[in-house]
Amino acid sequence: MRDLFIQAAYLAASVLFILGLKSLTKPDSARRGMQQAALGMLLAVVGTLVNHEIVDYKWIAVGLAVGSLLGYPLGMFVPMTAMPQRIAISHMFGALAATLVGVAEYHTHSTDLPTARMAALGFEVLFGSLTITGSFMAFAKLQELLRGKPITFAGQNVLNLLLFGGAVACFVFLVASPGHPAVFYGMIGIALLIGILMVLPIGGADMPVVVSLLNSYAGLASAATGFALGNTVLIICGALDGASGFLLSILMSKAMNRSFRNVLFGAFGGDKVASGGRTAEGLVAREISVEDAALRLAYASRVIVVPGYGMAVAQSQHQVRELAELIERRGGEVKYAIHPVAGRMPGHMNVLLAEANVPYDRLYDMEEINGQFEQADVALVIGANDVVNPAARNDPGSPIYGMPILNVDQARSVIVLKRSMNPGFGIENELFYDERTSMLFGDAKTSLTRLVTEVKTV
Amino acid sequence: MSPIFVIELYVFVLAGFVGYQVITRVPPLLHTPLMSATNAISGISLVGSLVAAGSGRGTVTTVLGVVAVASATINVVGGFLITDRMLRMFHRADPKPGAAKPPAA
Repeated sequence: MRDLFIQAAYLAASVLFILGLKSLTKPDSARRGMQQAALGMLLAVVGTLVNHEIVDYKWIAVGLAVGSLLGYPLGMFVPMTAMPQRIAISHMFGALAATLVGVAEYHTHSTDLPTARMAALGFEVLFGSLTITGSFMAFAKLQELLRGKPITFAGQNVLNLLLFGGAVACFVFLVASPGHPAVFYGMIGIALLIGILMVLPIGGADMPVVVSLLNSYAGLASAATGFALGNTVLIICGALDGASGFLLSILMSKAMNRSFRNVLFGAFGGDKVASGGRTAEGLVAREISVEDAALRLAYASRVIVVPGYGMAVAQSQHQVRELAELIERRGGEVKYAIHPVAGRMPGHMNVLLAEANVPYDRLYDMEEINGQFEQADVALVIGANDVVNPAARNDPGSPIYGMPILNVDQARSVIVLKRSMNPGFGIENELFYDERTSMLFGDAKTSLTRLVTEVKTV
Repeated sequence: MSPIFVIELYVFVLAGFVGYQVITRVPPLLHTPLMSATNAISGISLVGSLVAAGSGRGTVTTVLGVVAVASATINVVGGFLITDRMLRMFHRADPKPGAAKPPAA
């Protein structure tokens, strides 16, 4: 009877999770769907707590209390601008839970593990461990505890391959003869090291792919836990999580026209890349005053805002919305063009603009908006660089050649808000030197605030 | 290979397909909430951690289990809360432009 209740709770939870994810296909139904998914989680936990294997609730209560105390602020108080590192660190917690369950399981049963379960356990701790350190590294880079630029050294890829080979050897050995704790813990050590080395050479602009990939790994670790424990709800959730992360990493790679291999081993954004493309020597960028920029925006009837990571860094999304509302009040139309890899994680710009109260039906994906730039009076680029770089279309020597970009250069005029002419990750952007482009230098937040003040007085 | 393992493999593959099909239809607009949602859902490793923490299989297992319970709970509590917080922010334009007010929280 009790087992029946547990299984029913797990089944209900699985269904609610899938429905919750399905609700995310429409912004209006999403919130309700996710609340139902949360209910599913509660069911699954209650179902587990009545499990007859559990004899002592004291320590469970401690774990739940500590987790809730730490989880609540992570859910309620982390600002939207910190979302990429927040997501990265939560992959670490997920992987940590999976790995520790795997270690506990191995510790209890090491000598009498059947082959299939040992293989599942092996996958679990392998994926889990490398996700723990990998996610922490991604967190540290996004939080700027480590410098965001790729860190490379000679023989890096060879070392990674050797370590990977070592981990696989340990894995195979353990599946054949599980009763060797030293090999098991050695494998965990190697996997932890691989996680660090994997993320070390990855630059800030590639973070969307890596964060998605780690999401996928965390999911696979959960699924492997399900196999190791014979628990279907874990397998289902792990598969959902893994599929989601995998799909997102494919989408992100496509949006950068790069393969996984290239992202993971290419150390994109390194100092050496700059030599590939054309240089800007002899070209002059036209500067524009705040007053002139404000005039142009005030009298524009179609404006397309192109936000990039710079908007997130300056935390200027509220000023963007304010400016857009002023233009709209004067009769202009404002749309937002969102490149899939703008920012540091999938959907980063959308969340920031939604936070600033920009209606989501004004946010357009690249495919939807690219045809509309020709009719735009002004394209306002805020802290975006690579995603608007025409070199991706017409300079085969450029490291970003072939990457799909926003057709900002087709707009009737372009205003670029940028700190200085210093190219962010070493790639020159000829858009900035185009005769239709005007540069407004300075911190994005300050520039936007001044634009708002000016447009009010027009 | 035991028959149970084969069934589990079926579950895994089919759930992966369902996930792939559902998630392909999530618009890029909601990709960040999607990530935090899958994070919250991955907190389901709680069900494994709870058993490890409470089954009285010795100190090592209990300690590992308790830390795992705490980590998974962080994802469950934090993940669902932040997803809800984000989804609350997404709203359509007001019929009257310029008069957009935040929806009642």
